[in-house]
Amino acid sequence: MATVTEAEAPPLAPQPAKKPPKKRGRLVPYWLLLPGLLWLIVFFALPLVYQASTSIQTGSLEDGFKVTWHFQTYWDALADYWPQFLRSVLYAGAATILCLVLGYPLAYLIAFRAGRWRNLIMILVIAPFFTSFLIRTLAWKTILADGGPVVGALNTLHVLDVTNWLGFTAGDRVLATPLAVVCGLTYNFLPFMVLPLYTSLERIDGRLHEAAGDLYARPITTFRKVTFPLSMPGVVSGTLLTFIPASGDYVNADLLGSTDTRMVGNVIQTQFLRILDYPTAAALSFILMAAILIMVTLYIRKSGTEDLV
Amino acid sequence: MAFVNWFKRHLVVIGGLLTLGYLLLPNIVVTVFSFNKPKGRFNYEWQQFSTDAWRDPCGVADMCGSLSLSLQIAVWATIGATILGTMIAFALVRYRFRARGAVNSLIFLPMAMPEVVMAASLLTLFLNMGAQLGFWTILIAHIMFCLSFVVTAVKARVMSMDPRLEQAAQDLYAGPAQTFLRVTLPIAAPGIAAGALLAFALSFDDFIITNFNAGSTVTFPMFVWGSAQRGTPVQINVIGTAMFLIAVLFVLAGMVVGNRRNRQKA
Repeated sequence: MATVTEAEAPPLAPQPAKKPPKKRGRLVPYWLLLPGLLWLIVFFALPLVYQASTSIQTGSLEDGFKVTWHFQTYWDALADYWPQFLRSVLYAGAATILCLVLGYPLAYLIAFRAGRWRNLIMILVIAPFFTSFLIRTLAWKTILADGGPVVGALNTLHVLDVTNWLGFTAGDRVLATPLAVVCGLTYNFLPFMVLPLYTSLERIDGRLHEAAGDLYARPITTFRKVTFPLSMPGVVSGTLLTFIPASGDYVNADLLGSTDTRMVGNVIQTQFLRILDYPTAAALSFILMAAILIMVTLYIRKSGTEDLV
Repeated sequence: MAFVNWFKRHLVVIGGLLTLGYLLLPNIVVTVFSFNKPKGRFNYEWQQFSTDAWRDPCGVADMCGSLSLSLQIAVWATIGATILGTMIAFALVRYRFRARGAVNSLIFLPMAMPEVVMAASLLTLFLNMGAQLGFWTILIAHIMFCLSFVVTAVKARVMSMDPRLEQAAQDLYAGPAQTFLRVTLPIAAPGIAAGALLAFALSFDDFIITNFNAGSTVTFPMFVWGSAQRGTPVQINVIGTAMFLIAVLFVLAGMVVGNRRNRQKA
């Protein structure tokens, strides 16, 4: 039955009565869904089940693993690797806040102030997506190099003294410190913040700003009471799109950090691909997944935009 | 005082441009260092201007092989994910059926899952099945994680389509196939193209999921990753610069075509 869904279509005049449905058409949606859904079930959902079973197995690579309902693996993993978990949350959180602070003016600029430059700026935001992010992340090694201009400037401005005191950097270097990792994470996920922000800002009617101005609101008040609240959907989806991948990332911590900046992604990668301790790795990635699901649910509930998901 | 006022008025613009600079700084560095002649294995320090790497971009063993492998995988993954994703998107927007909510969640979840988790669980599946890791496992993984993004992009476009256009076609005695090919598909095309472009970029650039499921097969991102430990050849910067330029030109060309079409309509 090929009915057009009325809830999601743009507002229309009452539609003429449809032709009587053909029996044959009833199965059309299922045939359309079947191949794609099968793919997701077999290669996305089923693997998660396999991983759950792996996490409660014991054994060794030589003798093979068996399901023994050994939940102790979870406690051991947490006890051994809680610093890496904590670090993942802290670094990803810091990167998310930085992305919001840096990305908002850029999104605002594109939405309201760019004029005929809008398309060009958009291209420059999107184009890095098509360039290898690994190459660009490696470029930060050059930018933040010891004794390089950036580190020199930070030193002259006594920024490094402050960050050293806060424990973000150590001595005269930025590379291999938390600051470098957070800088890389912020950089890599910034477009994921800017694009949703831009989409929600662009929907705001410019006349609302004029109205606020006519009512003697200062620009900062207009922003606080009109623009920002109306951009909340963008803020929520932007922060989620930044935080979730950043908390699981291990590339930045590996390329720009040191052994003291390892995140949980690094541990999962090492356990899986080098140490080949599959149960621990599976347990770790399950804890990460559960932690993120809980945090995201709480966050969405708190920010009151449940219709988003 | 005049300066302070000017600064205040343009604060947003200045902030936005600074962020844009932050976003593009690595691209500038990559471009500049593609003209470097490094001493030793690592290309992190400026030594001397040279166009050697540009004249011989494939001069590094295995690099261009990994590049063409990545391109092949990206093309097939784009085709697969776009076809499957477009079908799902049409089913979700155009039909009411049971379990629609469940299907929506299943589509959403891969986008809300950290990549390591997906990568690791997929590897457990392949290990359990005893699958040979390589081209096929990479392709399967890429189609899996591109699918949701295609569905989202196509869905957005199909949702904003006016169903009266299709009804009009049917009133003019177009059959279902004719209506679909000559009305529905052309209107949905920009959404499908956006989804395909996104899928291509995601697949071509993916490292985390590929690293887990590639076995000993080396894609371009994996080559870059390996070279970060062994020593990065200048040619990597050449490829990075070329990719950036091609992307910019491609999008610019698309925009020019789009503008011209709009003007013709007006």
